[in-house]
Amino acid sequence: MITFTILYAFLIISVLFNALGVIGLHRFPDVYTRLHAATKCTTFGTIFMTFAVIVYSGYMYYWNPGQDHYLNMALHTVGALVAILVTNPTGAHAIARAAHKVGIKPKFAVIDELEKKEAK
Amino acid sequence: MNLSFEFYLIVGAFIIFIIISVLRLFLGPTAPDRAVALDTINTLVVASMVGLGAATWETLFIDIAIVYAILSFVTTLFIAKYLEGGGD
Repeated sequence: MITFTILYAFLIISVLFNALGVIGLHRFPDVYTRLHAATKCTTFGTIFMTFAVIVYSGYMYYWNPGQDHYLNMALHTVGALVAILVTNPTGAHAIARAAHKVGIKPKFAVIDELEKKEAK
Repeated sequence: MNLSFEFYLIVGAFIIFIIISVLRLFLGPTAPDRAVALDTINTLVVASMVGLGAATWETLFIDIAIVYAILSFVTTLFIAKYLEGGGD
């Protein structure tokens, strides 16, 4: 029963954070804030989706010990979790760097330290 | 304990989110905006593939999700590289 509760909590967190990320993608004013909302929230939501699948598969393997495809599923999902964890923030950083190099200014920012550093 | 229905429901929600993100892909005023929308869509596709794998108990979906995540990462890096070099 506690597994049910944890699973539903993970799934609700996942859907909630993905929804917040997509809403932020539409509501924020410029590239950097959109990147902040979309990338962080969707990464967090997807991590909790993989947690939910890992817990679900582990639970099924615990109650059906002979059936290896449940264990197989859990291990593959750990691989997907690692792939998301490594690739997603790096891609976001690359996009932000590219946007700053193209010359897009943060919309409501008062000070831009990176520009000063590059001008030196 | 069978959660297939819940996972299908969540995959449906993710598909709605993907459609909303495609709107930003078309609207986005600058090129990096479109790149951000594409990155969001890629992450949501990975999440929905993991959910489909849990709903149908097919490990193949998870493998495809891993490969898709890595390939979309390479795509994002190349788009960023192109934007840096070519200007707007």
